Amino acid sequence: MVRYLIRRILWAGVLFLVVTIVTFVIFFLIPNDLAAKVAGQGSSQAQRERAIKGLGLDQPVYKQYGRFLWRLTEPVPVHVAGVPVLVRPKGNLGRSYIKATPVNEIIAGAAPVTASLVFGGVIVWMMIALPIGIFSALRPRSLLDRVSMVFVLIGISAHPVWIGLIFAFTFGYKLHWFPIQGYCDVINPATDCGGPVQWAYHMVLPWITYAILFAALYVRMIRANVMETMNEDYVRTARAKGAPESRVMRAHVLRNALLPVVTMLGMDIGLGLGGAIFTETIYGLPGLGQTAIRAIGSNDLPIVMGVVVFATLAIIIFNLIIDVLYAFIDPRIRLT
Amino acid sequence: MALLDVRDLKTYFETDDGIVKAVDGVSFSIEKGQTLGIVGESGSGKSVTCLTIMGLNARKHTITSGEAIFKGKNLIGMKPSQLRQIRGNDIAMIFQDPMTSLNPVHSIGTQLVEAILLHRDVSTKVAKARATELLKAVGIPRAERRIDDYPHQFSGGMRQRAMIAMALVNDPDLLIADEPTTALDVTTQAQIMNLMKRLQQEFGSAIIVITHDLGVVAEAADDVLVMYAAEVAEQAPVHKLFNRPHHPYTWGLLGSLPRLDIDVDRLVQIPGQPPSLLHPPRGCRFHPRCAYVMEKCRQVDPELVPISTDPDHLQACHLDEATKDREAAKLLEATLRKVI
Repeated sequence: MVRYLIRRILWAGVLFLVVTIVTFVIFFLIPNDLAAKVAGQGSSQAQRERAIKGLGLDQPVYKQYGRFLWRLTEPVPVHVAGVPVLVRPKGNLGRSYIKATPVNEIIAGAAPVTASLVFGGVIVWMMIALPIGIFSALRPRSLLDRVSMVFVLIGISAHPVWIGLIFAFTFGYKLHWFPIQGYCDVINPATDCGGPVQWAYHMVLPWITYAILFAALYVRMIRANVMETMNEDYVRTARAKGAPESRVMRAHVLRNALLPVVTMLGMDIGLGLGGAIFTETIYGLPGLGQTAIRAIGSNDLPIVMGVVVFATLAIIIFNLIIDVLYAFIDPRIRLT
Repeated sequence: MALLDVRDLKTYFETDDGIVKAVDGVSFSIEKGQTLGIVGESGSGKSVTCLTIMGLNARKHTITSGEAIFKGKNLIGMKPSQLRQIRGNDIAMIFQDPMTSLNPVHSIGTQLVEAILLHRDVSTKVAKARATELLKAVGIPRAERRIDDYPHQFSGGMRQRAMIAMALVNDPDLLIADEPTTALDVTTQAQIMNLMKRLQQEFGSAIIVITHDLGVVAEAADDVLVMYAAEVAEQAPVHKLFNRPHHPYTWGLLGSLPRLDIDVDRLVQIPGQPPSLLHPPRGCRFHPRCAYVMEKCRQVDPELVPISTDPDHLQACHLDEATKDREAAKLLEATLRKVI
């Protein structure tokens, strides 16, 4: 177990390096007029050169990357009661080229928005997908099954932007049930908008919009898995033992059929935390997806790198959690 | 009164192509402590017969008729909740493939304990003690420790032993073994058959063993039912069937048996394929493959009737008995001569 974890973490390090290097290289391959943006429109040639120098952009790419990496991973001691006991990476993502604010602050502001969207979305789509998937598997070709398959087809085919716009128009603009725009903080009520109720109220439409595609995919997967598992020999064995149908489903069918769902969930959460660009854009949520899009538009490399680092870590961590969890829920898996 | 009395059992499956008559009028009975062997090719209806008795066919698109009287109660058409109390308790079943018949995510112990707790009002501790006892009885070494293992940590033979233990935990009156040795290698097969025989003596259960291995039947069964295309072709006590087989299909089965002690270049095979149960042949269902086919066979389905000399020996064939005696003697002589 420990050896497995160490190996996985080392691999994660390699993955992390590859992802950040690729992002860095792509950024410098795209032609841009960074100097004008940093120094401002109408700035003189001298001002621009100074600005470039100040940000270290005149140096070769590998040196810039080295600096980025060092700032991020420089070991700093962790003090417990004044005594250094551990080292941790510094985790400094630098400052925005344009606004000069620390990237860590920008990420720390945007990540909770995306996290709210993703985790709320997961709950919504699992609440839709689990019952529908299981019941359609139990009654294949029934009315419920056919209706849910139509839903699946729509959910997979319809673009989230379109769904989002339809929802915003119908439930926000026309019916005034939910707000169309904005995000309210759960903990710090900065303005009149804050606290858990306002937060959830503003998130309802984004959650549903974000969840529809995944709900459709998960209904299809859960239905297929449950149907396949119901034909397994051990399910017949359970019936032959005299187990009632409810117990057969719970202890024998679902326990096995939902194992792959756990894997998918881990991957999708990790992926989603990198930013749900479409949903965030439609509902004006200042999450990581929007932050990244804006930063790419203004060639603000440190912010782009910040989002990439955060997303990579999220994916790595969630996959690791799922792998470890799997060893507990599936006795056939041994972490070696 | 027989322990289980099956009368004119029919199981039809509705499919998109039409009705498949998987079991078409099968009757037999089995006494306490006896062993009945059911033999036949794949698709002859052996397994479906037993699944029907257990009520384990999918309820949708299945038409069942006939009777299966077990200890005075008809199992066919019984309420599911009542049938559940009999399943795993009075009648237990062992399946063909031990690799897939145990749930991979539960330990062997959990699955045995589940079987006990479904029918007995005892504590988990008592149930586990009983499970351990059974695992010991079926010859799992260090059963106290292996009980917490998962199926993938057991070999095929051990899994089948665990399946047998699971079937026997509630001391069933009838054990149905659906090809219990097919998925195992030859030495393990012999061990499992010996184990079942020993446990039968110990527990006094009646056993129905479904197989296409005539060797298993010869060794274990008291009575034999030969099934062909959803019907019974021949039915007799085991020594009578092997000494004077009366149905050309049985001859074919005996003739195709490979033997270690005889050197043959080529096994005798029954020509052709088993018929489709969607559109079974007119008349005798075996006639397209039968070497002794007569005009009557193409028209009239022979009834299952006793032979003139023995009321216990039933067969369904139009061929006259003199010819049958001659042919059966020839077959047996041929194999005998080869042995000597």
